[in-house]
Amino acid sequence: MKYEKRYDGRKFDEMRPMSAEVGIIKNAVGSAKFTIGKTIAVAAVYGPKDLFPKFLQNPKSGVLRCHYNMMAFSGAGDRVRPGTSRRSKEISMVMEKSLLPVLDLQDFPKSVVDVHVELIQTDAGTRCAAICAASLALADAGFEMKDLVCAISAGLVGDKVVLDLDKKEEDFKGGAVDIPLAIIPRTGEVTLLQLDGEISKEDLKRCVDFGIKGCDQILEVQKNALKAKYTEAKK
Amino acid sequence: MSKLLVEAKAVVIPGEILAEGMDHLPGKGAFREGEKVIASRVGLVYVNGSIINIVPLSGRYIPKKDDTVIGYVRDMTYSSWFINIGYAYDASLSLKDASSSYIERGASLSDFFAVADAILTRITNVTKDNNIDLTMVGPGLRKLKGGKIIEITPAKVPRLVGKQGSMISMIKDMTGCSVFAGQNGRIWIKGKTPEAEKIATDAVFLVEEKAHIRGLTDHMKGFLEEKCKSLKVEKKVSINKETKK
Amino acid sequence: MITEEYVESLTKLGKRMDGRKFDEYRDLSIEYGISKKSAEGSARVKIGETEVIAGVKLDLGEPYPDKPEEGSIMVNVELLPLSSPKYESGPPGIDAIELSRVTDRGIRECGAIDFKKLYHKESGKVWLVFIDIYPINAAGNLFDACTIAAMAAIRDAVFPSIEGNKVDYSTKTKTPLPLQKLPISCTVWKVGNELLVDPSVEEESAANSRLTVVFTEDDKICAMQKGKDDPMLADEIEKAVELAFKTTKDIRGHFKK
Repeated sequence: MKYEKRYDGRKFDEMRPMSAEVGIIKNAVGSAKFTIGKTIAVAAVYGPKDLFPKFLQNPKSGVLRCHYNMMAFSGAGDRVRPGTSRRSKEISMVMEKSLLPVLDLQDFPKSVVDVHVELIQTDAGTRCAAICAASLALADAGFEMKDLVCAISAGLVGDKVVLDLDKKEEDFKGGAVDIPLAIIPRTGEVTLLQLDGEISKEDLKRCVDFGIKGCDQILEVQKNALKAKYTEAKK
Repeated sequence: MSKLLVEAKAVVIPGEILAEGMDHLPGKGAFREGEKVIASRVGLVYVNGSIINIVPLSGRYIPKKDDTVIGYVRDMTYSSWFINIGYAYDASLSLKDASSSYIERGASLSDFFAVADAILTRITNVTKDNNIDLTMVGPGLRKLKGGKIIEITPAKVPRLVGKQGSMISMIKDMTGCSVFAGQNGRIWIKGKTPEAEKIATDAVFLVEEKAHIRGLTDHMKGFLEEKCKSLKVEKKVSINKETKK
Repeated sequence: MITEEYVESLTKLGKRMDGRKFDEYRDLSIEYGISKKSAEGSARVKIGETEVIAGVKLDLGEPYPDKPEEGSIMVNVELLPLSSPKYESGPPGIDAIELSRVTDRGIRECGAIDFKKLYHKESGKVWLVFIDIYPINAAGNLFDACTIAAMAAIRDAVFPSIEGNKVDYSTKTKTPLPLQKLPISCTVWKVGNELLVDPSVEEESAANSRLTVVFTEDDKICAMQKGKDDPMLADEIEKAVELAFKTTKDIRGHFKK
């Protein structure tokens, strides 16, 4: 089925407006808020702290633990039941995998660093927003990182390859494919790739290219947010 | 030819390329990747000859030998105390290091330091396995009585102390408060009046907030002069006493 | 602990750590519609460094058998580990449950929402009002912050439309919830022998006793909760109620008309 024009008038490779801010939660070691379109994620980092049970400890390095959660009122339809679901557990796990390649926790053997991400409002792309926020919060917390991590979804809506699908596009009657991607911007390495739907190899390649291009813009937003914390105070 | 891509004292973020070429070397908070020197944490750029260091602006405390820190007694065994020093793992203070005078084996440890007591202590050893040893033997090391403890980012403690302790001395002299800064970011403040303590507290937080600005000392001097006006005359007397010491 | 002792010694001098008076609140702000796309109503409340957000979700459901034509509310406070190093992941502990229940009582018992008007005749179903409350930064006084956030979110809420006896969340109506009262809570904390409002975290841990009093705009008390370990004398309760009364009047002024 043909998808002629995007519902919200964006170009096919255009992302929704983004904004970011760090240091929003005073109690946390590091924190950040990342907004893309109507999706809002907040992240807080706590630790490193003692990890129990002990068998989970890594004697050579700290362990990263992510906790993804949608607030009960943040879903598109019904109330989201509080507590962990299979979905939130899986997303938490893929978040860890997408952030770990840049993160160095060797200074903190046997300990754990917790990243809590809460979604306040959602309009698709929540795991990507969560990763962007988590990456910022970890940098804000002062951990050693090889780079930030940028995440965005690309995919197919009807017959068109698009960047940054919103909920309405995900629900497109003519079929949609959603590919959340996380990328280390300096090297272009992909740390998260999932796929929902049916797509040709050619279109997949175009999606990944779209995603890599989009990450440059995300990095810019993240960079500005981290620097703003210290330049604003300068005034 | 090596090229430096950032200005001195610029704020950089992880992944930011600091220099290209082999003449520059990555120092603290930086690493090399091929021809490039790259920042690995949020911080300020300090170039020392060919070495590029990133001085962190945030981050948790990492214990080092000879650091003086403020700890809380968390637990004890028959021969040692476990002390929370704001790190992932507790440090330990053994009986032999707890006092310069002899403590008999089998003595009640809580007579010296009880759970929840705050102590000013020094790290004597840190092993790779996170075993951290403390001592109470040394000038100024003691149980903290009275006053309050506030916490700032450990990365900002050097700024609070200042060159040869200039910043912290200024806060002490002008407010008449005792102020001790632990390297772990815990600051103990005790003064003659709550008003003086409040000014000292606000001053410490202000240093934390503005640690990276130029002319911080002058800024702080102005702040303290303005605030200390409200302190009563009697306190000025006590300030004089303090400085006479 | 040294800081708790310090807080207590200050109260004896009539002082507080941050220089406030005993009956002085920190800056209070309310922001509406912070999750407009998802929630039927939402709000963010800041009291000093404390930040709490609340959202309202509406659903059509089966009524209770004893009240077939009345809707209901469900209040849930979750102490997010995101908001404080003191909170752990996992099922709600007793602190979260107490907060939920006290907030729930304050709203329910005064009839803040007219349950009878939550009846949907056509389907024989009733509206269930879910109020979910989350601290973002827990820096003291969550008891008051939760009720303020909940009431602000309720006042922000509108009904979604109904398509053939089913809720259509994508289209919202302009109909607000049937509100009758605006209950506001004030928790009075006893530190040493002094009573104070809007405590910091340090003051909360130094306190031995607290009393939450919820007032409606017609000066009636609609819920109370005495908390923490120490007892309170009858005349302390009287003083606390008076202090809460005065404070809730001020807080009410922060709500949009």
